Amino acid sequence: MKKVAIEEQQKKFFLSVSPHIKDRLTVSRLMRDVIIALVPIIAFSVYFFRLRAVELIITCAFVSVISEYVFLKLRRKKLPRESSALLTGILLAMVLPPGLPLWAAAMGAVFAIIFGKQIFGGLGYNIFNPALIGRAFLMATFPVLMTTWTHPFTLDTLTGATPLGLMKFQHQTTSISNLFWGNVAGSLGETSVFAILVGAGYLFVRRCIDWRIPFFYLATVAVFSSITFLFNPMYGSPLFHLFAGGLMLGAFFMATDPVTTPISKRGRMIFGIGAGVLVVVIRLWGGYPEGVMFSIIFMNAITPLLNRYIKPKILGGR
Amino acid sequence: MRTKTFKQGIHPSEEKELSRDKKIESIPLPSKVIVPLSQHTGAPCKPLIDKKDAVERGQKIGDVDAFISCPVHSPLKGKVISIEKHPHPTLGEAEAIIIEVEEDEKGENRWSEKEVDLSSLSPEEIRKRVREAGIAGMGGAAFPTHVKLSPPSGKNIDSVILNGCECEPYLTADYRLMMERAEDCLFGLKAIMRATGAQKGYIGIEDNKKDAIKIMKSLTSGENEIEVVPLKTKYPQGGEKMLIKAILGREVPSGGLPLDVGVVVNNVGTAIAICEALKKGKPLIERVITVTGKGVEKPSNLLVPIGTPLRDILNYCGLKDNAKAIIMGGPMMGISQYSLDCPVIKGTSGILVLTEDEVSEDEEQPCIRCARCVDHCPMGLFPTTLAKLVKAERWEELGEYNIMDCIECGCCTYVCPSKIPIVQLIKWGKNEFRKITS
Repeated sequence: MKKVAIEEQQKKFFLSVSPHIKDRLTVSRLMRDVIIALVPIIAFSVYFFRLRAVELIITCAFVSVISEYVFLKLRRKKLPRESSALLTGILLAMVLPPGLPLWAAAMGAVFAIIFGKQIFGGLGYNIFNPALIGRAFLMATFPVLMTTWTHPFTLDTLTGATPLGLMKFQHQTTSISNLFWGNVAGSLGETSVFAILVGAGYLFVRRCIDWRIPFFYLATVAVFSSITFLFNPMYGSPLFHLFAGGLMLGAFFMATDPVTTPISKRGRMIFGIGAGVLVVVIRLWGGYPEGVMFSIIFMNAITPLLNRYIKPKILGGR
Repeated sequence: MRTKTFKQGIHPSEEKELSRDKKIESIPLPSKVIVPLSQHTGAPCKPLIDKKDAVERGQKIGDVDAFISCPVHSPLKGKVISIEKHPHPTLGEAEAIIIEVEEDEKGENRWSEKEVDLSSLSPEEIRKRVREAGIAGMGGAAFPTHVKLSPPSGKNIDSVILNGCECEPYLTADYRLMMERAEDCLFGLKAIMRATGAQKGYIGIEDNKKDAIKIMKSLTSGENEIEVVPLKTKYPQGGEKMLIKAILGREVPSGGLPLDVGVVVNNVGTAIAICEALKKGKPLIERVITVTGKGVEKPSNLLVPIGTPLRDILNYCGLKDNAKAIIMGGPMMGISQYSLDCPVIKGTSGILVLTEDEVSEDEEQPCIRCARCVDHCPMGLFPTTLAKLVKAERWEELGEYNIMDCIECGCCTYVCPSKIPIVQLIKWGKNEFRKITS
């Protein structure tokens, strides 16, 4: 009797290829987790910048998803099953000034998705971080709009200047506690170090990101700015450099984008150190008060090179 | 001190509790056994008997005059009914001797155990007996053991490692062997040391098998030349190269063999087979396998005659209704079976039955270069890059990324969030790369 049962079952045995068991982690879950990690940052941006934050986030997210949909439809490609376009949209909103007109934000989102990601072949093939490409496009196209800052709560644009701008052009310092909680002018999602650290904690707990790039990026900025601070206190303290501008957001949410960062551990270390040096150099001696975006885009550009030449030593190799 | 291990690797769920406390038991005699003429790496055997011949239990029925090969024996008393192509667990299909099993009044009594003084046996004699017993590596690769015990002149072997890691999830056969037949295990190790001239013997056991470590330690407490080494529970700890790195800190050179660094590695099951060959003159005609998985009614550790069809074993242990895939070996490197007519062979360490919800296939997504495969590869390779080169059929570039060093452990595929069959692509790439380089 039993033999017959097995005989019947045999017909539906499934031939799988090894390994027959797999980790449960999926790309969709990774994307979803990064979006969840952004929730505290979104919440703080809405708290500080009110309706402006809501409008910008919704615009960028919506336009990003629609752009991807239209682009893939036109190319008759399959629609993705993960939410990376939504993530790019939210990340873009996080690095825009709160006062930016919605039409400009929408243009940035279209550019981020089409020229930052899709023309390279879609998810996994792009060289640069799509959200930062969107921001770079807006910086080049609308430099005034992109450097007009508003104060939290009052949304007053006349007196708005970012802490880095204040330091660079007016030699004013900003209190560390304001920087930590985020009660300063700046891009939507970059002002509150506290919210970013909460989100970063979630990324680590869910094993979404590797520690190397954020660690070496922040450590390099800390060491480099300590040295310059010793020579000239006008350059700002290391803690100020760590907390001000987009460094924290960039370190945990932009420089950890797997697609555009090196695949070897040593490569990631070099990426972090290189980006850290660039940030301090641009902040202190460059034309812009902030250098996080350029530092990451530049390191994105040399990532293929790092992948080619920085390989781990194989077991039994020389 | 930290438990010894290698770099990277993965931690899949162990799932050993299903069968770890089940004592080794025998199964009812199968009515028919299928003895493939090729159960080992190397030249297949030629049959020494004809159709309709009567065969005794333990009689040599296949052999060939080649160095890298070993004979096969009749696992039971019976009559040869045919010699034909038959489903094979690793080769798909291969020539096999099919024997109708008959009543055997002598049974196990035909072999009696004699005390053997190893120092009275020459290394050459040990190798000869091991070859005659048809012993091939029982961890899975089934490399003829006498070849491993014959270091080429100029190669000095100083250490023998007994592999008791059993790092594949689910499997518990080696664990049971260490628990129930520790002394035979130790005798086997000493025989290997004698045959290779090694001064030191190590028994590497993952630290999820504390009882086995304890038993082996107490058994070897008086022996200076033998050391039991607890190892971190991590896959693929039982891979030869990982084991040697963890225990001795030596790295097998790229393209080389363990004997290039003075080491021979053998599985604990193989050591017991060697012990039986030397003490009883009994050839390798049966082995211990783990029958397990969530699709099995009664997970067990069984002593089965080689050649027993999967059907008989699964009838004995019971298949659940939700059984979906039958794997010979462990879940990481085992091979999916298409026919229940496939026999157990010398390298079969277990039969794993996975259920419907365990084998659900996810659709492949694009690689997001997350580098999890790079971070977990125990060999330090770039699996993602290799997979992409294979997909693009850029064969000649595979060498730059050391494709031939891949040990096919499957860690890359296990961790891939995009569910890309990386290790399968690499296996394909290795084949193509061999073609263009030879």
